Amino acid sequence: MNYKIDNRHAAEKLAMRDVYAETMTELVKENPRIVYLEADLMNSIGMVNFAKEFPDNAINCGIQEANMIGTAAGMSAVGMIPFTHTFGCFATRRALDQIFLSGAYAKTNIRILGSDPGVTAAFNGATHMPLEDIGLLRGIPGITIIEPTDSTMLRDVVKQTAAMEGIFYIRLSRKNAIKVFAEGSTFDIGKAVSIKKGTDVTLIASGICVDESMKAAEILQAQNVNAAVLNVFTVKPIDREAIMAAAKNTGAVVTVENHNIHNGLGSAVAEVLVETTPVPMARVGIQDEFGEVGSVEYLKERFGLTAENIAKNALNVISRK
Amino acid sequence: MYQSREPKEFAQEIRIQVLEALKNLGFGHIGGSMSAVDVLAVLYGKAMNIEPANPGWEDRDYFVMSKGHAGPALYATLALSGYFPVEELKTINTNGTRLPSHCDRNKTPGVDMSTGALGQGMSTAIGIAHGNKMLKKDSYTYLLLGDGECDEGQIWEGALYAPQHKLSNLIAFVDYNKQQLDGYTKDILDLGDLGKKFIEFGWYTIEVDGHNTDAIYGAIQLAKAQHEKPGMIILNTKKGKGCTFAEGILYNHHMTFTKEQCEEAIASLKKGDQ
Repeated sequence: MNYKIDNRHAAEKLAMRDVYAETMTELVKENPRIVYLEADLMNSIGMVNFAKEFPDNAINCGIQEANMIGTAAGMSAVGMIPFTHTFGCFATRRALDQIFLSGAYAKTNIRILGSDPGVTAAFNGATHMPLEDIGLLRGIPGITIIEPTDSTMLRDVVKQTAAMEGIFYIRLSRKNAIKVFAEGSTFDIGKAVSIKKGTDVTLIASGICVDESMKAAEILQAQNVNAAVLNVFTVKPIDREAIMAAAKNTGAVVTVENHNIHNGLGSAVAEVLVETTPVPMARVGIQDEFGEVGSVEYLKERFGLTAENIAKNALNVISRK
Repeated sequence: MYQSREPKEFAQEIRIQVLEALKNLGFGHIGGSMSAVDVLAVLYGKAMNIEPANPGWEDRDYFVMSKGHAGPALYATLALSGYFPVEELKTINTNGTRLPSHCDRNKTPGVDMSTGALGQGMSTAIGIAHGNKMLKKDSYTYLLLGDGECDEGQIWEGALYAPQHKLSNLIAFVDYNKQQLDGYTKDILDLGDLGKKFIEFGWYTIEVDGHNTDAIYGAIQLAKAQHEKPGMIILNTKKGKGCTFAEGILYNHHMTFTKEQCEEAIASLKKGDQ
């Protein structure tokens, strides 16, 4: 792991999907065993040109998620390196049994890209808004759940998974992320990334909530509260040591997730804390509700995924020390 | 080099070993194991290109037992083919065994895919066949589906996919024994003319007597002789075939039985009554 933080809160020039397509192109040129399976969302994820350029390595399965995951499992059994994509809600809810048996239990190797996590599904609304995908997968032994923070991290982790064995769920927004890491930064899957050191409280976040947490730390700083920010981009296996150290160093934790507070990042962090380092804690996230249509900014306000709400929760947990 | 075996005699041996393996346990998936024996005898006795001494050989033919509960029939076939000792069959479903109720590719030598949740073997077999086609291998992938299993939507997802991608290296079978756990398929969810359905979906489809090993072998050769479509061989079978206490019984999917019943069934098979 070797990274630098970009504190400018600026939107990236390239969309996450464009960087995904670029990365897959690089990978397939290095290894013709890379195969990309899609459930009729090639246009949505920006892989149409990839499919044109590498027709032997791209399969549009049609709208059949269960068969897509099973087919990917079978391909991996003969040495292919499959990546699958559909929206995160369908990748998990519609193919959970296939991920469990043909994937994890059979010890095959599949990288499952689930796009539009939580509120980033925006105008597709509640039916397409995965707020439960992490929770559905977290109980499957051995699975790895990753939520890349920006395109620099996405590029790095996608490349890493191509050379690794197991079931990987990569949860990503297709749109432009806020840049958090300088170009060329590298990461270790399973290791949390310290964004900012602090002494009073630790804000633990993933995905689009990392930048909001960085902004929350700035709000708190103005009130003489020194907040640490920890990016736990691998929700499973979770970095227990980093979470324990954060709790010891700051004595209070707020988790921030674009997911139901049940069975997501907050639950995973809480499990570590109650077993090892109990400290006052709060979970910012969707409070056991379904999603709805709206702009991402509206939905962040609606569900409390804002710097202001994170800061408010931070002050509250500090008062409980 | 693997020695081929006469399928009809091999089938009788497999049935006997299934009963030998389960007789001390006193329970098991007898019905669907017995109906699937003859196709297994044809595949592992004669049709498949395999090396039991080297189960991981990359150029082998693959077999996916999608009706994973027929594990005992596959285990007896694999043991008699030399993948592991026949004596090990007695450990089926005992604590710590390598031979669990449903097929597990990480536990049993020779099992090519883990199955048990119905419908999933359709897709994994498709993936193996499609992957091997992409890798330009000459091997075949064989797939055994249950008829009750064809209630699952995933079967029909795969039924669309395989012809679309011209997977002629995939040869599937349906063990059409007309029964599922709760009764007759026509009473629970009628499959109608199954052959016609697969023809309409674009499969090269043949129906044969699923207990006639010559007919099964012939159908496999016909399926191999064409190069555009996946093959679907519908095996008209009897659930519990050849097992005196199971054949013709309504609830024979998973049964309890006595050691004496097993001995009687084995004696009957040895006499050639079945």
